[in-house]
Amino acid sequence: MTDEKPLIEIERTITGGDFQSAGDVSSELKRILQQIGFPAAFSRRVVIAAYEAEMNVVIHAFRGVFRAWIFPQRIHIEVDDEGPGIPDLELAFQEGYSTAPPHIREMGFGAGYGLSNMKKCSDRLEIDTRVGEGTKVIMDFFLNPDS
Amino acid sequence: MEAYHSVVLDEEKCKGCTHCIRRCPTEAIRVKGGKARIDEERCIDCGECIRTCPNHAKYAQADPLEAIQRFRYRVALPAPAFYAQFKFTIPLGKVLNGLLRLGFHEVFEVARGAEILSAEIARFLEKRNLVLPVISSACPAVVRLVEVKFPSLLDNLLPLDSPLGVAAKIARLRALERGYRPEEVGVFFITPCPAKVTEVRQSGEGLGRIDGAISMASIYTRLMNELHLVEDRPELQIAGFRGIGWARSGGEQESLGEGEYMAVDGIHNVISVFEKIEMGELRGVVYCEAQACIGGCVGGVLAVQNPFIAKVNVNHLLKKYSVFRPWKEEEMEAWRKAGVFVRERAYEAKEVLKLDQNFQRAMEKYQQIEKLLELLPGLDCGACGSPTCRALAEDVVQGKAEEVDCPFLLRDNMLELAREIYALASRVPQTMAGKRREDIGGQDSRSRGTP
Repeated sequence: MTDEKPLIEIERTITGGDFQSAGDVSSELKRILQQIGFPAAFSRRVVIAAYEAEMNVVIHAFRGVFRAWIFPQRIHIEVDDEGPGIPDLELAFQEGYSTAPPHIREMGFGAGYGLSNMKKCSDRLEIDTRVGEGTKVIMDFFLNPDS
Repeated sequence: MEAYHSVVLDEEKCKGCTHCIRRCPTEAIRVKGGKARIDEERCIDCGECIRTCPNHAKYAQADPLEAIQRFRYRVALPAPAFYAQFKFTIPLGKVLNGLLRLGFHEVFEVARGAEILSAEIARFLEKRNLVLPVISSACPAVVRLVEVKFPSLLDNLLPLDSPLGVAAKIARLRALERGYRPEEVGVFFITPCPAKVTEVRQSGEGLGRIDGAISMASIYTRLMNELHLVEDRPELQIAGFRGIGWARSGGEQESLGEGEYMAVDGIHNVISVFEKIEMGELRGVVYCEAQACIGGCVGGVLAVQNPFIAKVNVNHLLKKYSVFRPWKEEEMEAWRKAGVFVRERAYEAKEVLKLDQNFQRAMEKYQQIEKLLELLPGLDCGACGSPTCRALAEDVVQGKAEEVDCPFLLRDNMLELAREIYALASRVPQTMAGKRREDIGGQDSRSRGTP
């Protein structure tokens, strides 16, 4: 991270398996971006990626922490979970590939678009995963990706 | 542009209770000075406040039937939901003839407009590279909801006019073909809801002009007194099940035939579905029918019949009028050419949720709101006149309310004040300090400053 100071920081915990609250953190993030006045198209891709990251914790992990730093020109998100980790990252990036158990897929979740969606929506994506320990997703979104 | 709204307040009836502020989907209402105040920019005319007000202090401003007299040639556009207000045993030809008896020269069914529009929607959905799901633009409250609260979904909105707009334009074209001059033709919608009244008010000046909106409830009362006097004229009724079905939720997707469609009704349900769409969760759905009222248009606040009973009526009507009368392809071409399906008003983000036009200021305001929220009790009781503690915090930061509007903060402040008063009262003037010391047994009163 650079020296610039984030204007807003949020930190929220996510509980694995809690489908009822799933999406709350992303909703909150959406409200903040909207109130501050980020362009709608920018906010939308941030929120889609944030939602995928949040859902990954709900679907796969025991618990996780969602942190977001909002800068004037950039948004930085880190989602850290205690969970099974991802054994084959390359495979996990393929659209439609999912390790979600059948009962979760039956609920309409875990369709296997999570990582590819995060990649599509973010400007920088880093995944640090250890099998049996957990996964850390780091994403950056730039208001002007070219500059 | 427009700040017109059809949902208005009857100040005398408003008791300043907080039912409406908590029900409003866009947090557009505050209670100030003992009366509800509607923020025109945020209001989407959904009518939730009318529905929820125990004192009937909110109402929809529509036109009186007498307004049609200004015109030489008057066309009535009855909403599909209007049919559902009558017991299904009453033939629709009689209901429509009844409208003629009330002073109209012609009836053009919005249900017919819906049938014609659904063919155009089906054609639109065949296009490539659509932003999915396409969100129906038939309910004006939903359109406005997107503009106010979901600007990132503007591109999902169906870029075609509503069944009302389509019906109004075809009706006007026909009147002009009959030789009437534009200013002689008055086109009036018989409306189930305030949102449609607003749509009518914003209908522009050209072919799409709609001259007024008359409440379904008021026409119903007039018509019931006359219905026994009119005969059934079946030839007035053209629309079949595909159009009549639009009276209630689900009718729109049915009219499109087979496909990946969904229907959601009730403004709060619509909001939760739209949130899912924003998060990219509705994969595979091509078309989303969305209506602000529970049950669809039969649930509009200007309906007379209970919406669930009205739905029973609709089901019977669908069986009774299970016909489809096609139009000629040349007609369709002519309508397209005339712009019958074109929306006159482009969709635009209202951005009323932005805290400030200036990005930096908006960030600062957000931080102030968060700080203030820590002080507020988080009960969302509404006693301050704002719908939630967060809304109050926003109002304070925007200079529209004060912290002490919160009764809990006020009490805290009073307690603090009482402590200070007590502390001050315990002090004695310097000149009397000596005397006082004797009274109270030799202690220095100044050291007893705080209780």
